[in-house]
Amino acid sequence: MSNTETKEAAYKPTSPNSKLDFASVWEYAPAPQDSKFAEVKEQYDLFIGGKFVKPSKGRYFKSTNPATEEVITEFAEATQKDVDKAVKAARKAFEGEWSRISAKERGKYLYRIARMLQERAREFAVLESMDGGKPIRESRDVDIPLVAAYFFYYAGWADKLEYAFPGKKPEPYGVCGQIIPWNFPLLMLAWKIAPALATGNTVVLKPAETTSLTALKFAELVKDCGLPDGVINIVTGAGQTGSEIVNHKDVDKVAFTGSTNVGKIIQKSLAGTDKKYTLELGGKGAMLIFEDAPIDQAVEGIINAIYFNQGHVCCAGSRLLVQEGVADKVIQKLKDRLETLIVGDPLDKNTDIGAINSKEQFETVNKYLELGVEEGAEVYQSKCNIPDNGYFIRPTLFTNVSQSNRVVQEEIFGPVLTVQTFRTADEGIEKANNTPYGLANGVWTDKGSKIFKVGSKMRSGVIWANTYNKFDPTSPFGGYKESGVGREGGMHGLAAYIKN
Amino acid sequence: MKYPDFNQTIPIDEVGVEERVSRLNKRSIKKDSKIQALKMALSMIDHTTLEGSDSPGKVIQLCKKARQPHPAIPDLPTVAAVCVYPRMVSVAKKELKGSGIHVASVATAFPSGQAPLSQRLEDTKFAVEEGADEIDMVISRGAFLNGEFQLVFDEIAAVKEACGDAHLKVILETGELHTFENVRKASDIAMHAGADFIKTSTGKVSPAATQPVTLVMLEAIRDFYYDTGKMIGMKPAGGIRTAKQAIQYLVIVKETLGAAWLNKDYFRFGASSLTNDLLMQIVKQQTGHYQSLDYFSND
Amino acid sequence: MAEERIDVKKTYKMYIGGDFPRSESGRTYKVFTSDDEFLANACQGSRKDFRDAVKIARGAFSGWSSRSAYNRGQILYRIAEMLEDRRDQFMRELGPIGFKTAEAEADINAAIDRCIYYAGWTDKYQQVFGSVNPVASSHFNFSMLEPTGVVAAFAPEKSPLLGLVSLIAPIIAGGNVCVILASEKYPLPAITFAEVLNDSDVPAGVVNILTGFREELAEHFSTHMDVNAMCYTDDLPKEMKKMIDENASLNVKRIVKRPVKDWYDEAVQSPYFVTDFQETKTTWHPVGF
Repeated sequence: MSNTETKEAAYKPTSPNSKLDFASVWEYAPAPQDSKFAEVKEQYDLFIGGKFVKPSKGRYFKSTNPATEEVITEFAEATQKDVDKAVKAARKAFEGEWSRISAKERGKYLYRIARMLQERAREFAVLESMDGGKPIRESRDVDIPLVAAYFFYYAGWADKLEYAFPGKKPEPYGVCGQIIPWNFPLLMLAWKIAPALATGNTVVLKPAETTSLTALKFAELVKDCGLPDGVINIVTGAGQTGSEIVNHKDVDKVAFTGSTNVGKIIQKSLAGTDKKYTLELGGKGAMLIFEDAPIDQAVEGIINAIYFNQGHVCCAGSRLLVQEGVADKVIQKLKDRLETLIVGDPLDKNTDIGAINSKEQFETVNKYLELGVEEGAEVYQSKCNIPDNGYFIRPTLFTNVSQSNRVVQEEIFGPVLTVQTFRTADEGIEKANNTPYGLANGVWTDKGSKIFKVGSKMRSGVIWANTYNKFDPTSPFGGYKESGVGREGGMHGLAAYIKN
Repeated sequence: MKYPDFNQTIPIDEVGVEERVSRLNKRSIKKDSKIQALKMALSMIDHTTLEGSDSPGKVIQLCKKARQPHPAIPDLPTVAAVCVYPRMVSVAKKELKGSGIHVASVATAFPSGQAPLSQRLEDTKFAVEEGADEIDMVISRGAFLNGEFQLVFDEIAAVKEACGDAHLKVILETGELHTFENVRKASDIAMHAGADFIKTSTGKVSPAATQPVTLVMLEAIRDFYYDTGKMIGMKPAGGIRTAKQAIQYLVIVKETLGAAWLNKDYFRFGASSLTNDLLMQIVKQQTGHYQSLDYFSND
Repeated sequence: MAEERIDVKKTYKMYIGGDFPRSESGRTYKVFTSDDEFLANACQGSRKDFRDAVKIARGAFSGWSSRSAYNRGQILYRIAEMLEDRRDQFMRELGPIGFKTAEAEADINAAIDRCIYYAGWTDKYQQVFGSVNPVASSHFNFSMLEPTGVVAAFAPEKSPLLGLVSLIAPIIAGGNVCVILASEKYPLPAITFAEVLNDSDVPAGVVNILTGFREELAEHFSTHMDVNAMCYTDDLPKEMKKMIDENASLNVKRIVKRPVKDWYDEAVQSPYFVTDFQETKTTWHPVGF
């Protein structure tokens, strides 16, 4: 047969623009998670040297539930004197009891923490959702189980460190100052504390000011676990408190997770010192959807990539890059899928997207929504109902955007996805890499060799191939370029807490 | 060209399908929405008996149950259909007269389909002549796995023609197709060949209906609808025994295809013991008391 | 009596993109022996020379980082071969700057051996420091190392050959490209080493060597937004260290500090010097039919 033989035209759908209707004949009734059993005190003090102590200046700040805008409790504001006290307590513990305990026994404390967290998992999940606005489905099924898993994983490393560092004699730094963000409050605490303790360090940790509740609940749990005083110290406060930790002379190592801007400030303020640091910063992850991708799973992956945790995820897949041949179909499917996302009460078991974490972030995301329109993007938002009070934003798509748009370049940290198209793999990769960030990227294709090629060319610390936003204690996580320095998780995460 | 090239495979990621199902299973259906779902599920049942030992007596009992599932609750819907072998169609038809309940019949040398096409067509015509409103056919899985997609297509088209006005449900027997890609392909072949419904299983092969397979088929239906504007129905069959499972299926339908599919014209359960579990749950919701099967007729 | 022959002196230029250009600024500075006798003029590299070098290095990165580990190993081995071959030339250059014959020999031997040491690591560090991670979900998950990218570095001041080689070898063994500022006082062996590189199948632009003044270039090395990592091996003046560290925060440059006292020490060669310039990339993929 010759190639010139006229080929029968390929099957083309008649494309009647069928619309699916999700305005339902069957609505889900509210399914509230019982929250009465999770006790919240009216006020929380600092956790220093194994005791809850009042802040030296006696100042407290309020914490609100972003879903209701109601005050739930208040936290102590740690000032320079308090931070100093915490660092001293950590130093004392490091030089004293904690160093005398054998690695094996140290590990057992971590195991104990992991187990105790599992026992109280639901309570922590409820509090995490109340304080931070994330849906209970996620705090219950993702955050808290992972928290326990991280402690369990690193517990086992405590007496096996020499296997992680061939040719080295692993030694702890000493006192670690750790500053964590508000998007995964307790999980980020686990990412920081578990490897630090496993390697024999002691810590002074500052949770984010909008989400300090579970960290202080964790402090109570630490007491129950009988950890030596001062091994874990938790001080609450805003940026100034964090800065006191970073700049404290007796802190040996700083670990920070948060925005790239603050990360740079921290890196700068550590200049000229011998302090070690690891930084887990922002991102603007791209997802490349190729024509040969499993499209329905890719669409679900996109949903999980950008609408997980209201898009408050540093590794969120916030840029969709879809190959032209399937762009229309993917966008159509995405729009339909958006209609089935339930936005609302974080404590309702059916909620997919909870409250934006704070008023400040709510305003930031809204600003970007306006900006996108100003930049000429087409906006699509689901038509779902959202509560009258609280900080809620409908899941949003921006189409008709390009690399030059700010909504494509900047980390929005909200439920906002930009959609661009590409023609060839090279073009897709180039667009994916065309950013100062390099935390995570996704690739969707059914072709194995393409996954390896695209995966190796994308410059980021995580590649999710035919999946997205997966986390596991055994899996290292961290960025290239401006997305950070160092890794957390897995064997590689230990290196951040070992003298080199 | 009228049809896609069935030699092309649409990739499906197994882990992704399972993750989607497990997320859908997290939906918590309570209170009013639960009662509504239970009744909806009841109205979607193809109340089924497909045993070698089926007799007119057995079928009559089944039909009576279909008409009056539980006399203690007045406003219950009836099931959608009674599903029997061709020889039992006339019995069922007579018993269900005036009820609005359809008679569905398996045909085409159910469950193996291993008979000459002519006999399978005869089987179909016989069932239709006996009064079947719906025909549940099986595809030739052997031919499918052998790559003879055109043959499978042609056979379905021939059965469809033999059905006349009767609705055609095409059983893929997904338990014998092994991969989601095959399920997807068989779904596409069936829909393009004229199926009104696609159905997972005969109930004679394990695994029968599963939620991941159902999701893949619903997504095939969705793509067919996007492409052609035609709505195809879905029937998972076999292994669905509890109200909880049934509600999970309804959630999958609701969030994949939307409101238009949430009725017996587009969604069915092929089941037998499911009916009583739904009834027990409905009574439990109304009384607040957990129930015993002793209080529910076992026809 | 035969006329005394006038020997031909070498002009020492910089090494950028496989070429030996003079500084675009046209500036040179005088280089002296350890006895303060004039030796040669060296280029006084400028901000723009550095900029050009970074641009060229960036262009070479993709090709070099995608070479097979085996090939990189062979090229590093080839550097050792060429070093061996040019032993006499280095002897002549090390002598005047204070190396006794035995010291110069030891220095050259150690430099050759160091190349071989890292040549051997190219196809092994991945195996030692990469991992397959047993995640709980149905995914295959593995971590491998990838080069950080463009590395800018200050070579050690007092070890103009061995120190330089010890710095460059682990950087390029791991697939990075680099722009190195040679020892300010004794830059000549660095330029001769560049000739070795140029004869060793090292692709143009992978190693770029500038000569000039730290004081002048530190700011530009550390502020360049397309440099991914910055390394200094000497204890620099406190203020310079601080400035470099501060500037690094502009684009979250990795700062690798390696103040080495004794470059002969075996502890100075380590696979961790390779991994210092590596990023861990973790890939997930579902496992299913």
